[in-house]
Amino acid sequence: MTYPVYLRYEVLRNFRNWRFLFLTLAFPLVLYLLIGSVNRHVQFEHVAFPVYFMTAMATLGTMAAVISGCAIIATERATGWTRQMRITPLPARTYFRAKVVVGYLRALLTLVLLALAGIALGVRLPAQGWLTVLGLFLVGLIPFAVLGILLGHLIGADAAALATGGIVTLFALLGGVYGFQVATSGPVLAIIKALPSYWLVQAGKAVLGGHDWPIEGWIVIAAWTVVLVPLAVRVYRRDTGRV
Amino acid sequence: MATTNAAGPGIVLSRLSKSYGNVHAVRSVDLAIAPGETVAILGPNGAGKTTTIEMVLGLTRPDSGTVTLFGKSPAQAVAAGAVGGMLQTGALVEYLSVRELVTMVASVYPRPLPVEHAMRLAGVTEFADRRTNKLSGGQTQRVRFAIALVSNPDLFMLDEPTAAVDVEGRREFWASIRAVAAEGKTVIFATHYLEEADAYADRIVLMARGRIVADGPATEIKAKVSGRIIRATIPVAGLAAPAAPAAPAAPADTAALAALPGVTNAERHGEAVILTCADSDLTLRALLSRFPAARDIEVAGAGIEEAFMALTADHNDDELEKVR
Repeated sequence: MTYPVYLRYEVLRNFRNWRFLFLTLAFPLVLYLLIGSVNRHVQFEHVAFPVYFMTAMATLGTMAAVISGCAIIATERATGWTRQMRITPLPARTYFRAKVVVGYLRALLTLVLLALAGIALGVRLPAQGWLTVLGLFLVGLIPFAVLGILLGHLIGADAAALATGGIVTLFALLGGVYGFQVATSGPVLAIIKALPSYWLVQAGKAVLGGHDWPIEGWIVIAAWTVVLVPLAVRVYRRDTGRV
Repeated sequence: MATTNAAGPGIVLSRLSKSYGNVHAVRSVDLAIAPGETVAILGPNGAGKTTTIEMVLGLTRPDSGTVTLFGKSPAQAVAAGAVGGMLQTGALVEYLSVRELVTMVASVYPRPLPVEHAMRLAGVTEFADRRTNKLSGGQTQRVRFAIALVSNPDLFMLDEPTAAVDVEGRREFWASIRAVAAEGKTVIFATHYLEEADAYADRIVLMARGRIVADGPATEIKAKVSGRIIRATIPVAGLAAPAAPAAPAAPADTAALAALPGVTNAERHGEAVILTCADSDLTLRALLSRFPAARDIEVAGAGIEEAFMALTADHNDDELEKVR
């Protein structure tokens, strides 16, 4: 069963929280327009800066969009709503699927707005290229969506907002979102290349090169997913006393 | 106690125990509730009511013992939509109207009541279009009740359902519960109000310190826990019956106190005497004439807490030591 009515209201109530939505969408968009328009003719790592920075801000915005699901889970746990739903027949996986869908919808909206802003700043990609960027983001966000669920069951509602901000900033900084690489060679670069945020930032470059990620990128995303999913499941079970 | 009736097994708890650290929240509870019964779990705070309910609902895992609901495990019964309820805490999610929220919950159950019908029964129709964060405490509680009703379960589990509800609201609430019970649903509710348990349950299960200390028809339990408590100091010399000097035979003394008219339970700790009475006037007169040395006499209405203490003092003092 897919529980369409439940999903519809879950999406509705999250998108009615317009302050939350506005802040999620506005931050990367404003940064992009400010910094991107100043540097619109600059070449950066062999691509036009607006292309690079579009994917960089998309990384920042979509990471925040899916991880911030943790704040919602933590709040629902704190208020007792999670327990109320747990004595209904709604399966746990449907509960989480709904959370992931909401996060992805927020992320999708972020991507659309940034793409429009990118076009306004002169970014031109072939249709195929836009679709590839979109596809790579949908895949690359999986570890962050799982991380959101993990955190939501690990920490309290008050800590969730802080943790979201901190984690997004850290991943963004190391992944090269702000337009510079923390390292360009050596072991630090190896660590950076093992972060999913790095590969989200690389999505734009990959597309301009006419291909998707190198195999390395797929392995990194897969590895994070394989590690995080069982952790999230374990934390959820410990949290709920369910087997 | 019968574990089944003609309608098949109902709710069966068998040697159910749960501890949190050193605290034995629930200790080896056995309980069988037949389908269609309305049962009150009555007890003071900390009696183990909520922990018991959480184990029945599968929200808390027992350390030992089993729970079956209509022959299924709690998880199976919940998955089948056989259970609905109101937990003690539970804010409503925001950014939905009352109607939308009730519709959302109804959609996850296999056999929900029509949303409008459930809202009417719970008395939320007049604010059905209001957002859930714009409700008073009493209105919130009614919406939670609407959620329990719309799920149309076989078993209603209600943990202190009328907390924060005004008198009028309580009356309407219990009227709806009676209607539900009349359809053959099983209703279990926790409360610390004796009047509520007495007025609305067929049967009262009395819990204190994690144990069931009494279980029976409401009238029987009411007689046990209502009444008054007399506290007095009676010197040991005075206690030993008038003729026999210096005989510190405590059991006989307690028995003599328990034999006073109107006493349902007697306790003595050194010189301190605590008498639980069905008729304190009668007891007091007899006490003063039989034990003229009695002093510091206090008569108090037996709060349910005191009544439970009196009822349970005998058989688990030693275990209480272990807990503390």
